[in-house]
Amino acid sequence: MGISRRAALQGMVLGGASVAGAATASAAERPEAPSDAVGLLYDTTLCIGCKTCVVACQDANGLPRDPAGIDAKYDAPVDLSAKTKNVIKLYVEGGKRSFVKVQCMHCVDPACTSACMLGALQKREHGIVSYDPALCVGCRYCEVACPYNVPRFEFAKATPKIVKCELCRTRLAEGREPACSEVCPRKAVIFGKRSDLLKEAKRRLAASPGKYVPKVFGETDGGGTQVLYLSHVPFEKLGFPTLGDESTPSLLRSIQHSVYRGFAAPAALYAVLGMVMLRNRRAGPGGEP
Amino acid sequence: MTPHATPVGGRLWTPSVQLLSGILGISLIVMLWRFVFGLGATTALNDGYPLGLWIAFDVVTGTALACGGYGVAILVYVLNKGRYHPMVRPALLTSALGYTLAAIGVNLDLGRWYLVWKVPLYFWHWNFNSALLEVALCIMAYMVVLWIELSPAFFEKFQDSPIGSLRRVSRAALPILEKASLWIIALGLLLPTMHQSSLGTLMLLAGARLHPLWNTPILPLLFLISCVSMGYAMVVFESAFSSIAFKRTPEIKMLAGLAGAMVPILYVFAALRFADLAWRGRLGLLFAGDGRSVLAALEFVLFLAPTVMLATRARRHDLGNLVRAAMVMMFAGALYRFDTYLVAFTPGAHWSYFPSVQEILVTLGLVSVELIAYILIVKTFPILAGHPAAAERQAV
Repeated sequence: MGISRRAALQGMVLGGASVAGAATASAAERPEAPSDAVGLLYDTTLCIGCKTCVVACQDANGLPRDPAGIDAKYDAPVDLSAKTKNVIKLYVEGGKRSFVKVQCMHCVDPACTSACMLGALQKREHGIVSYDPALCVGCRYCEVACPYNVPRFEFAKATPKIVKCELCRTRLAEGREPACSEVCPRKAVIFGKRSDLLKEAKRRLAASPGKYVPKVFGETDGGGTQVLYLSHVPFEKLGFPTLGDESTPSLLRSIQHSVYRGFAAPAALYAVLGMVMLRNRRAGPGGEP
Repeated sequence: MTPHATPVGGRLWTPSVQLLSGILGISLIVMLWRFVFGLGATTALNDGYPLGLWIAFDVVTGTALACGGYGVAILVYVLNKGRYHPMVRPALLTSALGYTLAAIGVNLDLGRWYLVWKVPLYFWHWNFNSALLEVALCIMAYMVVLWIELSPAFFEKFQDSPIGSLRRVSRAALPILEKASLWIIALGLLLPTMHQSSLGTLMLLAGARLHPLWNTPILPLLFLISCVSMGYAMVVFESAFSSIAFKRTPEIKMLAGLAGAMVPILYVFAALRFADLAWRGRLGLLFAGDGRSVLAALEFVLFLAPTVMLATRARRHDLGNLVRAAMVMMFAGALYRFDTYLVAFTPGAHWSYFPSVQEILVTLGLVSVELIAYILIVKTFPILAGHPAAAERQAV
């Protein structure tokens, strides 16, 4: 009996130690963008809201037109949806106005891929957050996780899929750039390596002081994104969330990993439980305390 | 395992079962409708609120209410309170049924349910960062463990079966189960500890979109504690229900003891929740006066009310009062979980969600199946201990 009690104690110490590892784990697990990461740079001061990119996106992705409004004749999506992976919105407040392009941000450390059970959503080539429906069970946890509310779900279908921008990865494989940046008449959205785009964004900020909010959105927000933004109106006005520099998944990993690393804590708990019950069985039922 | 458990016996196709079957019938039609036409045609779910009633109630609340087996096992096997042993089987039955129904609920909710078999089988694709994967695998495993834990009740019945093969299998299985029981029970304690806490971890991934009144790193711990309180409450409720419905002598002494054990758990939950809000400097939000603050305050009231209701020995021995306290406790935990999954989730002002009639009908149907199965199983198999009050007509 003495032996099993000692073993139980050891088990508890083991479990405790792995929980204590929580604090130290987080810093080491903050990922960086892969070296070949590509992305977009969108500049609100250049966009004229022509929505050519919206139509080009639909065509490139085999998506239907998404009419809205009273007569519903014209392609005019008002938000991302199961039919729209890329949309231009207009912000107006007083004399200030700005267009903003909305699509997947291709986070450096995405919450959606962290949520996804079998890795249907995953950062694949060039750090693009891409979707493999063969691994998707349609749980929609990615929709809960995404801080930008990007993934959309085909609720209208009996065999639905997640719909989101995959940075035209099939076009990239053919040596072409994403449809939205290719057709933009004002080069308001440009495609390139993330590191180059970040340099270009900082060059523009330095070249025209006062023109922009002095910040590249996506450089560090929520752990960073591969789609970067320059804006002349505050980002929160354009619907961007205020996120810290650390991604939510990295915070969560420090909880999950510390408890489940190497499965030590659950194994220890299992051993302790078994030991305690074995001891109880030998001691006989307790009856009245 | 439970020497005194006996089948309740009596008629199976009673008016209660008939009524529940009617509800189930309607629900089955809606389920068919959902599978043929999809989630959009039958639910109020949308891209802002992708999770709804089926997840928040059937799964997140349902499995917590099904934690009676977990709670009683802690009491009997870990804390070695052998006198609660007669409660193990009924608790396991409600747990097994609750988890099975949750599993069915999940499959109704999954858009691509026809691929769900890949989750346990495609182990080389497992994403260990996904709290949902852990919850899914644990719930599947725990469901199996619960039925194994409960299986002696079925084998005890079948060992005298007129069917030879069934009799042989039952007689062979019983000693094996008896020998392995300790390690199966240990698994039955480990798995809920893991997934009930992970159900809390799960919503943390919503990050800033989870309202600060509920968004705390100790969410996993709060979920674990609340599942124990809800599980105990369910055991008390179920036991009182059985004694009334099947006209059996209520195990009042045992229930009173269990009720006494629940009080500190409720205190710990409320104290942790309060201390956490204070620590994060969010206490002020409790008094903001908006809908969310009212609901959060209501949670505190509901978690603490049973501690008053069960404060004295006399009150703990009053069956009616016990049932009321248990109901408040179940409601407290259910509200906490609903709040965390639906109310605390803030996708943006332009999104809204309220369950559709179809969603509610399906949930009612699942509850009906659970009740039907419970009634039929306790009447047929040795689950309930205690003595039937002879010759009296059963209410259910």
